[in-house]
Amino acid sequence: MAMELDVFVGNTTIMDEEVYQLWLDGYTVNDAVKVRMEGGVLEECEASADVLLSDTMDQYRTFQMCERLLHSPAKLANQLLFQIPPHRQAVLIERYYTFDDAFVREVLGKKLSKGTKKDLDDISAKTAVTLKSCRRQFDNFKRVFKVVEELKGPLVENIRQHFLLSDKLARDYAAIVFFANNRFETGKRKLQYITFQDFAFCAGQLINNWTVGAVDNMVEDMDVDLDKEFLQELKELKVLITDKDLLDQHKSLVCTALRGKTKAFNEMEANFKNLSRGLVNIAAKLTNTKDVRDFFIDLVEKFIEPCRSDRWTAADMRLYLTHYTNSAHILDTFKHQVVWDRYMGVVKSCIFKMYHD
Amino acid sequence: MPGKLKAKIVAGRHLPVMDRASDLTDAFVEVKFGNTTFKTDVCPKSLNPQWNSEWFKFEVDDEDLQDEPLQITVLDHDTYSANDAIGKVYIDIDPLLCSEAASVISGWFPIYDTIHGIRGEINVLVKVELFNDLNRFRQSSCGVKFFCTTSIPRCYRVAMVHGFVEELVVNEDPEYQWIDRIRTPRASNEARQRLISLMSGELQRKIGLKVLEMGGNAVVGYLQCFDLEGESGLVVRAIGTACTLDKLSSGSAPNTTTHVHPNTAPASNACNSPSKDGKESPLAHGCRSTHNSPVHSACSSQRLSQNFSVSVPTLIFTGMGSGGSAGKEAGPLKTLLRQQTQTALEQREFPFFTLTSFPLGFLVHVGGVVSARSVKLLDRIHNPDEPETRDAWWEEIRQEIKSHAKALGCHAVVGYSESTSICEEVCILSASGTASILNPRYMREGCLDIGNTDHRFEEPSPPSCGFCHIPYDELNMPFPAQLTYCHHCRRQKVPDVLFTTIDMPSEAAVSGKGCLIQARLCRLKKKAQGEVNATVISNLLPFMEYELHTQLMNKLKLRNMNALFGLQIQISVGENMLLGLASATGVYLTALPAPGGIQIAGKTPIDLSNEHHILTIQKRINDTIAKNRELYQINPPELTEEVVGSPIPEPRQRSRLFRSHSESSDELSELDLSHGKKDAFVLEIDDTDAVEDIHSLLTDAPPPSGFYSCNTEIMPGIYNWTSAVQMFTSVRVFRLSNVNLTNQGLNKIFTDLCENLLKSFYFKLRSMIPCCLCHLNFTVAVPEDELIQVAVTAVAMTFDKDQTQERTADKPVTKGCSETEEQLQFPLELFADSSSTNTQTSSKISGVPESTGVSPRAASVDYGSFADRCSTWLELLRLKAHTIRRGSVKTSRRTQSLAHSASSLDRCSPLPEGRSRSLRSNRSFGGGSVTVVKMTPLSFLPGTRIIKYLGIINMFFIRETTSLREEGGVSGFLHSFIAEVFAMVRAHVAALGGNAVVSYSMKECMLMENPHKNQAQCLINVSGDAVICVLETDQEPMSSTTSIGQTCTSGAT
Repeated sequence: MAMELDVFVGNTTIMDEEVYQLWLDGYTVNDAVKVRMEGGVLEECEASADVLLSDTMDQYRTFQMCERLLHSPAKLANQLLFQIPPHRQAVLIERYYTFDDAFVREVLGKKLSKGTKKDLDDISAKTAVTLKSCRRQFDNFKRVFKVVEELKGPLVENIRQHFLLSDKLARDYAAIVFFANNRFETGKRKLQYITFQDFAFCAGQLINNWTVGAVDNMVEDMDVDLDKEFLQELKELKVLITDKDLLDQHKSLVCTALRGKTKAFNEMEANFKNLSRGLVNIAAKLTNTKDVRDFFIDLVEKFIEPCRSDRWTAADMRLYLTHYTNSAHILDTFKHQVVWDRYMGVVKSCIFKMYHD
Repeated sequence: MPGKLKAKIVAGRHLPVMDRASDLTDAFVEVKFGNTTFKTDVCPKSLNPQWNSEWFKFEVDDEDLQDEPLQITVLDHDTYSANDAIGKVYIDIDPLLCSEAASVISGWFPIYDTIHGIRGEINVLVKVELFNDLNRFRQSSCGVKFFCTTSIPRCYRVAMVHGFVEELVVNEDPEYQWIDRIRTPRASNEARQRLISLMSGELQRKIGLKVLEMGGNAVVGYLQCFDLEGESGLVVRAIGTACTLDKLSSGSAPNTTTHVHPNTAPASNACNSPSKDGKESPLAHGCRSTHNSPVHSACSSQRLSQNFSVSVPTLIFTGMGSGGSAGKEAGPLKTLLRQQTQTALEQREFPFFTLTSFPLGFLVHVGGVVSARSVKLLDRIHNPDEPETRDAWWEEIRQEIKSHAKALGCHAVVGYSESTSICEEVCILSASGTASILNPRYMREGCLDIGNTDHRFEEPSPPSCGFCHIPYDELNMPFPAQLTYCHHCRRQKVPDVLFTTIDMPSEAAVSGKGCLIQARLCRLKKKAQGEVNATVISNLLPFMEYELHTQLMNKLKLRNMNALFGLQIQISVGENMLLGLASATGVYLTALPAPGGIQIAGKTPIDLSNEHHILTIQKRINDTIAKNRELYQINPPELTEEVVGSPIPEPRQRSRLFRSHSESSDELSELDLSHGKKDAFVLEIDDTDAVEDIHSLLTDAPPPSGFYSCNTEIMPGIYNWTSAVQMFTSVRVFRLSNVNLTNQGLNKIFTDLCENLLKSFYFKLRSMIPCCLCHLNFTVAVPEDELIQVAVTAVAMTFDKDQTQERTADKPVTKGCSETEEQLQFPLELFADSSSTNTQTSSKISGVPESTGVSPRAASVDYGSFADRCSTWLELLRLKAHTIRRGSVKTSRRTQSLAHSASSLDRCSPLPEGRSRSLRSNRSFGGGSVTVVKMTPLSFLPGTRIIKYLGIINMFFIRETTSLREEGGVSGFLHSFIAEVFAMVRAHVAALGGNAVVSYSMKECMLMENPHKNQAQCLINVSGDAVICVLETDQEPMSSTTSIGQTCTSGAT
């Protein structure tokens, strides 16, 4: 059939969610038609392959025309070109900004630059996400990053308002922006087992407790940059490992509390000084940007891995960290309770999240 | 005297980046009307500028107000070079000139550029202060309302129908002027857009003047078209029906004709049936279509004078030869009717009406389709101010139509429309309509005095079948037709099939559902020039029409139906072929006889294998007919066979249809292989072509389950619409491969193209099931040598399935002859009443609202008393409606079904289910910062009530691109253009304060492409009525007022 031209335009823009997903996933028109045929739409409606092709082309064109608007979703609501019911608009936006966990895991913490974009074909090959879809997702990250970079106020809220995303998705984007900004290392082999959702949770913890915004909520970049003063103060925690008395005292307090409550007690007791040194050293080094980047790898190497080799259960971990944190309060010579809590609160919940049995 | 136009530019948004360096724009706005221009300040470095300008005031003549659009240009200020245009907005201020329409235009308009499309939006406020013009010789016609709707607009009642108005204006096409060689495409496109906008303003004003002259105040069924004649110029022409409309009091809206039905119909039945017998009944049949009378001097020596014209020999369908014989015995009634209508109609030059649906009782009888075509050679229009040639052409065609109508015993033509098809210098002018007899009281002045006589000779036809009764003399038929007594009332004759161009009257009794029936045809022709070409075309035309007709008839029979509504036959001319497309909605009218089957007959019965072949085809046909009967739920009431209606002297038992090239009728006896009592339709297979034709007959796929389709306003047989609507436009262009094509091959391609389009719609709209595609309007064109273009605009509407089934189940029964006894009590009540209020009721029974008779002059002089009389009359009717409602408990079933048929036609779903659903879906659409504007080609939106008409929308756009590939090829280009057109229509409607467009149509979609140069250009013309509609609210408070309103409007028979 030599169809020179074939268009269908509805007053209310017709969009099939299945086709939209195929488009987002980067299928070509022909592949999409194949998938749809296998899905059995044809039998349902007594249609032929031609009909399916024509419909798919129409929808793809519509999506392409909409894409420009999706880049600034607020426009979608007051543009005049497409008449799309609001609930539909919400679905379009949400789906457009949804990303594949496999993909985001690859670029998490990387600089959202042209260089990274060039590597997308490798990522595509590795994750089995089409290059087209990779590009869309990458561009989404970059776009959100650029917009919120210049905004004041809470990060999640900004993302939600500017991109009209659901709370969940806005939080995920906040994590991505936060990771990209601080360039956290997530790609090392040792970190591979940690999922994006684990990281997103950790990012949320860091944003809420360690950034400038945690103390002052009207500065620029408040949720993106870590609180420098706090990082300085963290150095003071070193006393916990440099002062031998304090270290011993701390250990005995923790061990007293733990005794008989866990099977791993012996390992805990044996490793206490090592583990404590690990955590406090991480805190003390955070003034260096380089060490900030290695925050997660350090947590894994210095704490999680030793524990795992000693076969701690998650419950053991919970028990240990709770007592470890609380016991520090009883140390009468330890003066940095506030900083300690701010630090350990986050570290504790991060480790809980990152420690998979 | 002048008016004052005021405009204020508020703000812009989403502007394009005009300065690459800063990624910003320094925008300002020029506001132009006539020759006056104002400018706003420059709003520097912003993509969302706030101008908040002062009010720009233009003091202008109201003539200009009607002609000129307000032109708003958004520009980017540039200190060093010329300012760059961002785009324009043309605002037609006509709606502001009518006191009843919009009072202010305010809203966001897309900024449109003919090269780049929509580029941001601008917020504008426009007002008009109009000073009263008392000058008798004024040139303006402010205040005349225009409606695209081809029925009496909801929320108006018609006081008088004045008749046909037409006008055309011509000009040179800027695209073909010398200056076009040196200006930019943008400048050229804008010149064209502006010119057409001016011309349509002028045209509308002139038509308005004519309406005022006739004493009317509105044009209904306004149809405006452009003929782009290329070198020879640009013609804008319009036709319409002048009316005097009265606005119904606010809040009341025509809800249903429900209450009219039971009281009026039986009333007339009971009063005067005795005076009739079958013989008088005039009669019509099928369809009569003709071309201009004999070919005059195709080879005449006057070499290509201005208008070479070839006309096509007369052709009468459905019959062979002319019936002839004397028919002086026309009954007394008929004569009287003639006389009456003569006074009313014959004084008019053209008793034509562009309406397609009518107030109850307006349409008395329908004769059949009349059409005329003529082939003309275009020549440059020498004097644009005197467009005589074009006027004369149309005049000729209209005369032709008029005489055809006369031949069918009809004095009027309804559902009238005109169209052209142009290819190079050849132009086919076409006109078609439905010959019919109208109730003259809507058109006569002072009908009161003859009220009594009227009453005595009132037509006894019940409304459900009256229009089918043949309008002319049985003994003087223009062609032989098969007549039977009406299967409904048994009193008058009806034809075996009925073709019309109008919508099905709401009161018609049908069985089952209708369906879209299309006949498609391609004919190759040799390339030729000038006169030769014209002659070739005009020689082909009659054959094409004949074959289209044959196809229609066959497909109709195949679907077991006996009437066509909304018939449109379009013939498009191209360089090397002619395309014919006939679309109509088939239905089974219970008043007409059941269609016979189709019978296949071989010409050479000796050949055994052939015989076998014929048998298989026959079987397939019979199977299809049976399947269709089930599919469309056609289930006519069983007749007490032939007791009353034993047909009139019938020369033949069988009506035969001949393929155009088959010979004469002399082998009739051989073919008498009659199967069953019904009259079968015989198809001869005399060559392979015929076999293919029959195959193609059978290839039309029925719509998938859950879908129905029709090209009329609504689907006969579906009454419970829910409120979901989806209007769409689809365009396809097919490129024929270079292989030598035969007619047969072309036909197949064309048929497939149309069928595939339909299939595509069904697929795309599958989520709306159960759903009906209404007003499927196909337009075909041959834009270039090897291209076939089909454009479709239609609306998909959902309905409630369960309800439908229930209804159809009991409908045929209730509509059958069993009705009579149930009806008995209405006439009685009415009579009791009429005795007490003598004069008034008598006129009421005869169905004339007195007010219709009041001449417009009288009305204006004596408005008070007019209103008074009207209201007492209304009061009375209201009373009546109540009694009837109370009295009709017993017959509730029937009334209900009537109510549904009526209300469905009346564009609202009275069912609570329907309403609740409509609420839901509307709510979900609400919200958002942009007003949702619904669009529909119909004159109503289901589930809503139109409370105000805001004015006509008539827009013309050109879009051009020099980067076709980058825009996604022609498909991408056209897709975004159509979306942009929709957006601009919606924006204008929203700015007028409206939330819907009804009677929307795309009248032109002309695409020219040159892929090699990476270029394309497209012209689109759309029109419709902007309205405010509200969700149908509680019915009870409404119904008392509304029923009256509607009674008034519809008048009754």
